[in-house]
Amino acid sequence: MNVAVARSAYAERSAPAAPMPTLRDDLRQIAAWIADNARVLDLGCGDGTLMAYLRESRAARVYGVEIDDESVLHCVRRRLSVIQADLESGLRMFPDQMFDTVVLSQTLQAMHKTEAVLHEMARVGRQGIVSFPNFGHWRHLTSLLAGRMPVSPQMPYQWYDTPNVHLCTPKDFEILAGRLGLVITGRALLANGQPVRVLPNLRSKLAVYRFEPK
Amino acid sequence: MQSGSVGFVTPRTMRFEEPLELSSGARIADYDLCYETYGTLNAARDNAVLICHALNASHHVAGRYADQPGQVGWWDNMIGPGQPVDTRRFFVVGVNNLGSCFGSTGPMSVNPATGRPYGASFPVVTVEDWVNAQARLADRLGIARFAAVMGGSLGAMQALSWTIQYPERIGHCVAIATAPRLSAQNIAFNDVARTAIRSDPDFHGGDYYSKGVVPRGGLRVARMIGHITYLSDDDMAERFGRLLRTPDYAFGYGVEFEVESYLRYQGDKFAEYFDANTYLLITRALDYFDPARAFGGDLVQALAPAQARFLLVSFTTDWRFPPARAREIVEALVVNEREVTYAEIDAPHGHDAFLLEEPRYHRLVGAYFNNIAAERAR
Repeated sequence: MNVAVARSAYAERSAPAAPMPTLRDDLRQIAAWIADNARVLDLGCGDGTLMAYLRESRAARVYGVEIDDESVLHCVRRRLSVIQADLESGLRMFPDQMFDTVVLSQTLQAMHKTEAVLHEMARVGRQGIVSFPNFGHWRHLTSLLAGRMPVSPQMPYQWYDTPNVHLCTPKDFEILAGRLGLVITGRALLANGQPVRVLPNLRSKLAVYRFEPK
Repeated sequence: MQSGSVGFVTPRTMRFEEPLELSSGARIADYDLCYETYGTLNAARDNAVLICHALNASHHVAGRYADQPGQVGWWDNMIGPGQPVDTRRFFVVGVNNLGSCFGSTGPMSVNPATGRPYGASFPVVTVEDWVNAQARLADRLGIARFAAVMGGSLGAMQALSWTIQYPERIGHCVAIATAPRLSAQNIAFNDVARTAIRSDPDFHGGDYYSKGVVPRGGLRVARMIGHITYLSDDDMAERFGRLLRTPDYAFGYGVEFEVESYLRYQGDKFAEYFDANTYLLITRALDYFDPARAFGGDLVQALAPAQARFLLVSFTTDWRFPPARAREIVEALVVNEREVTYAEIDAPHGHDAFLLEEPRYHRLVGAYFNNIAAERAR
C-alpha cells in the first residue's frame, strides 16, 4: 500500500514527459574530456545538468558546488551530491588532488579572484576544465564599434547588471594559464556546438580549455 | 498535496529487561523507553524513519494528545501527512532517550536496587549509549534498517553516530544544525548552566526528589543561558530590541526590558516541566560527543565506516553550531567519498531555525525524502 503511494507520488514529480535534456554545447565537450568512473568536482554546478549526465554516461562520482538555493534544490531532486558554498571560499574544504577532474563551466568570467580559483582547481584536481564566453567574438566587436557593450546569447546581460566581471578571449586565457604554471592539454573553440576551424578567435562563441598543473 | 498533522497520538512504553552496557563502563539493569510512531510500517519494513531529539525535547515529535490538545509535537511542522517527512509514506518513530524526563528511565525513575529515585546515581550516558538503546527499540519494532535517521542539533549527533555504530542499519542520515563535536565555547555554556543548577541550594547533590523540592532557580538560569544561544543577535534585536515593559527606567533590578521578561518566562516554564538531573546528564552527553576522539581527532577516519547517504543542513545565523561546524562533517564525508548534500540556509533565527517552518529548508528536506521514498519504491 505504502509502496504504491510512494510510487505514484514519485511519478507525479517526474511524469511530465520532458525530452531528454540537450546538453549545453560546452558541457558536451567537457564530458568528452572526462574518463569513465572519474571523480569529478563541478564548480558552480547549477541545476546539476552536467553532473547528472556524467553520472549516467560516465558512471562518474560527482560532487557539485553551488551557491543558489533553487539550484541546490534542483540538484537534490536529481539525487546529486551538491554542496552549497561560495566557490571562491568553498574550495578550501577539499583536500589536494582529491578529484580527477575539476570543472568550472561558464563561471570563470564571474569570478572575482580568477587567479585564486584557477590555483585552487589545480590544487584539488589532477586536471581542470574551464569554459567561458569568447569576448572576442566578431559580433561583440561590431557592437563595440557601434558604441554599445555587447549583449549576446552567451552573454545575455546589460553592462549594469552583468555578473561577468572578468571577460576574456581565448588568447587572454592562454596567457594567464601560462603565467599560473598551468599546462593546456586541450582546447575547443565552439560556435553552435561545433568546433570552429577558420578564424576561431573571432568566430567562436565559447571557449573550453583543459589544463593540468605543471 | 494537502499538508497536515498526524492528529491525535498515543505514547507507548517498551520495557527492556536485558542490561545495557554504557560507555562509562556502568550498566543499566533494565529500563523503559517511551516512544511514539506515526504512519504505517510497510510489509517490507523498509520505510521506517527514526527521529532523534535534542536537549529538551522528547518522543512527542508530531501530533497532539487527546487529553492535552495544547501539547503539539516538537517537530509537527516537519512530520505529518504531506509534510517534508510524509507519514503517508514513512513510518516515523520518535523515542525519548535514556536519562530524559518524559517517561523513559532516567534520574527521576525508581532504581529497582534501592527502591528510591536514581537521582545523582543515575549513570552518565552518551550519544553512543542512546543509539544502542534506540537500536534495541528498533529490534523490538521489527525494524532491521531505518530508511533514514534524522535529528537537529544533539538529535543530529545521534543520527551521525548511527552511521558509525550501525552503518548497515541506516540508509540516510539527515543531520540538521549540528557539529561533529562541541567547541570550548559550547562546553563553557553547558558548564555555566550546570553550575547554576548544582549551586542551587535546592539541588541537594542531585537527590532533591526526597526533599520535596526542585532546584528551580538553577534550572531557570540554565534555560535562560541555553535560550540565548539558540537565538541570533538579529532575531533578538528584532523581537525585543531595547523595548521596555515599564514606562521608563525604574532604576532597580526588576524586569524592565522585554528580553528579560521573555527569558524569565522561558526559564520559569522550563523549570516547571524539566528535571535538573536530566539537564546535567544531557548537556554532559553533548560535551562528550566526539566520534573523532578515538582516532586522534581525525573525523575522516571516524566516519570511514559510514555507508549511509547524507543530508546536512546548517543555518547562517546559528552561532551555536555555525555552518563552519557542519562543513567539517561534509569535508570528512567527501574525503570518504560518501554521497552527501549540504545546504546552508540563510535564515535569521539562529540555532532555533531547525525547528521553524522555513520554505527553503522544508522544500529541501521534502525533496530529499521524496528521493528516499522513490528509491524504496523502485
